[in-house]
Amino acid sequence: MLEFKLPSIGSDMDEGKLLEWKIKPGDRVKKGQVVAIVDTSKAAVDVEIWFDGTVHELLIEPGATIPVGTVLATLLAPGEKAGAPAVAAPPAGRRKISPAARKHAEALGVDVDTLAGSGPGGAVMLADVDAAAAQRSLAKPAAPSDRQAEMRKAIAAAMSRSKREIPHYYLAEAIAMERAQAWLSEANAGRPITGRLLMAAFQLKAVALALQKYPEMNGFFRDGAFQPVAAAHIGVAISMRQGGLIAPAIHDVGEKSLDEVMRDLADLVKRARAGSLKSSEMSDPTITVTNLGDQGVEAVYGVIYPPQVALVGFGRIAPRPWVDAAGGLSVAPVLTASLAADHRVSDGHRGALFLAELRDWLQQPEKL
Amino acid sequence: MKISYREAMRQAMHEALAGDPRVFLMGEDVGRYGGTYAVSKGFIEEFGPERIRDTPLSELGFVGAGIGAALGGMRPIVEVMTVNFSLLALDQIVNTAAVLRHMSGGQFSVPLVVRMATGAGRQLAAQHSHSLENWYAHIPGIRVLAPATIGDARGMLAPALADPDPVIIFEHAQLYNLEGELPDDWQCDIARAAVRREGSQVSVFAYGGCLPKAMQAAAELADAGIDAEVVDLRVLRPLDTETIAASVRKTHRAVVVDEGWKSGSLAAEVIARIVEDCFYDLDAPPVRVCSAEVPIPYARHMEEAALPQPAKIVAAVKEMLDA
Repeated sequence: MLEFKLPSIGSDMDEGKLLEWKIKPGDRVKKGQVVAIVDTSKAAVDVEIWFDGTVHELLIEPGATIPVGTVLATLLAPGEKAGAPAVAAPPAGRRKISPAARKHAEALGVDVDTLAGSGPGGAVMLADVDAAAAQRSLAKPAAPSDRQAEMRKAIAAAMSRSKREIPHYYLAEAIAMERAQAWLSEANAGRPITGRLLMAAFQLKAVALALQKYPEMNGFFRDGAFQPVAAAHIGVAISMRQGGLIAPAIHDVGEKSLDEVMRDLADLVKRARAGSLKSSEMSDPTITVTNLGDQGVEAVYGVIYPPQVALVGFGRIAPRPWVDAAGGLSVAPVLTASLAADHRVSDGHRGALFLAELRDWLQQPEKL
Repeated sequence: MKISYREAMRQAMHEALAGDPRVFLMGEDVGRYGGTYAVSKGFIEEFGPERIRDTPLSELGFVGAGIGAALGGMRPIVEVMTVNFSLLALDQIVNTAAVLRHMSGGQFSVPLVVRMATGAGRQLAAQHSHSLENWYAHIPGIRVLAPATIGDARGMLAPALADPDPVIIFEHAQLYNLEGELPDDWQCDIARAAVRREGSQVSVFAYGGCLPKAMQAAAELADAGIDAEVVDLRVLRPLDTETIAASVRKTHRAVVVDEGWKSGSLAAEVIARIVEDCFYDLDAPPVRVCSAEVPIPYARHMEEAALPQPAKIVAAVKEMLDA
């Protein structure tokens, strides 16, 4: 018997609300299939399953808010028979909840399973139920779906954690974009409007390729150690119309063609704003790229999204005086690329080399 | 007026003897000796040997004679010196007195009162230290009383004599010297338990010789900030389940103190009823404070260790409250 648990969809998520099941008992599911829709504080997310199997039992009803790690459903592994004896360990023993506490909790609508017991042997007593009820009445009645407030809270938690835990260092580099723009115009010339490439896709691909040489920018810092990730799953910061932002991943950017990256980017932005992202897109980003060029700023120095270890920021591409390699002065389109990186994992020296590598890739549009 | 438990019981018997010519007292040493516990001192001089009758040392014989007298229209008070010796009269009480109404189709009733001392605590060793109230409380057809206060010692005899069926009154030997004010309202029923001390956090149930211990424990608990209610069971058969349940519904916790041994004890019966009636009101598993399951020892320190004591009650309550 396999257990399908609520995954953590982003490091700032502790719980989610199951909105809908996409499967029912008896269904055969494949790895990567969307099986449920879960509301996190940021968005309704399509949750994928990561193994093949046959759905045995759905344990959670839609509408329930459950902590990350809760078993949502049980599945039979391929080849496993439904009647096979359950291998689940016997329950660790019934929790001690006094009959009076149980009855009282029911009357007050308090979930006794969430209460810590203060009685002998950790038993949940009447007093614990009363305390929980009092606590609850003190807490502000949660607005049914104040998505914006929830998102603000989630961003606040993640960003506070980042600034608390991650010793950031910041580097910036001005990059001439003349060649890139020229190449892009040429490439787009023969394309219909809907098939055109954007500079953003171009930048994402360049970041992915630069990461191949500087893996210490790509991965997670967890449990006091850096865990590099080989593939570049680049989180793209997307601002939401109602405020806030979300940074879902485009997977394996380094392996994809520019066209594929462009298509994925367009799809991702559309779905992020429509609120139908996949759980893996929310949990997988190994680095984040933010681009505030459209808003007209020259440069952006971002805050790393933990447990990632780096964030690349792009400002606007604007004509500026430029001194070329031969010492000639001209006016050229210039982009300021910045790097915010985790000093626990990398040093400024490596960060500088990474930015230089990124600059070099942006000078070779044809190789992207 | 301050009087002793012994004096209260003596007054009750005196009143009964003086007020009803059908009443007479019979038992070992009740006449010339004035009673083993001196409850009938002076009675033989006042009421004469016809009504204050010394008997041979045969519980089987004189309890049987008491049943016969009751059947014949008298209102006998039979004093069996202690519960220990009442075992010899079990056949008369259990097999005759308790069942005659039933077996005669209601033609005969046995308005008999049997008084006996009970309990340990006076270094009288195993054979003289039993607390077998529960044996009698098991039997349908008899009523079992355990006066534990001056008022009940004064007030329970009259309704017991008025009862058309056999009534057994257990007087704990350690209570006779208890002194206190005789309350004005000493007249009482023999049906209900009594709340002796109001409290909110735990109900301590006790009867007979354990009641003063429970009251002392409650006082000590109050010093520790724990508000204990003390309920005197008083009537051991039929048990007043209503009063017991009402107290548990209020406090949500029950400690039952019983000088009997835990196995098959009256405390077990009380807890069974609590669980049957108040399961969803309980905030902690009920607890019993009973005698150690050994023949009661002779040595003072060992006897004290074997019996329920205020300290044990306090400890049981504190453990229950995790205090």
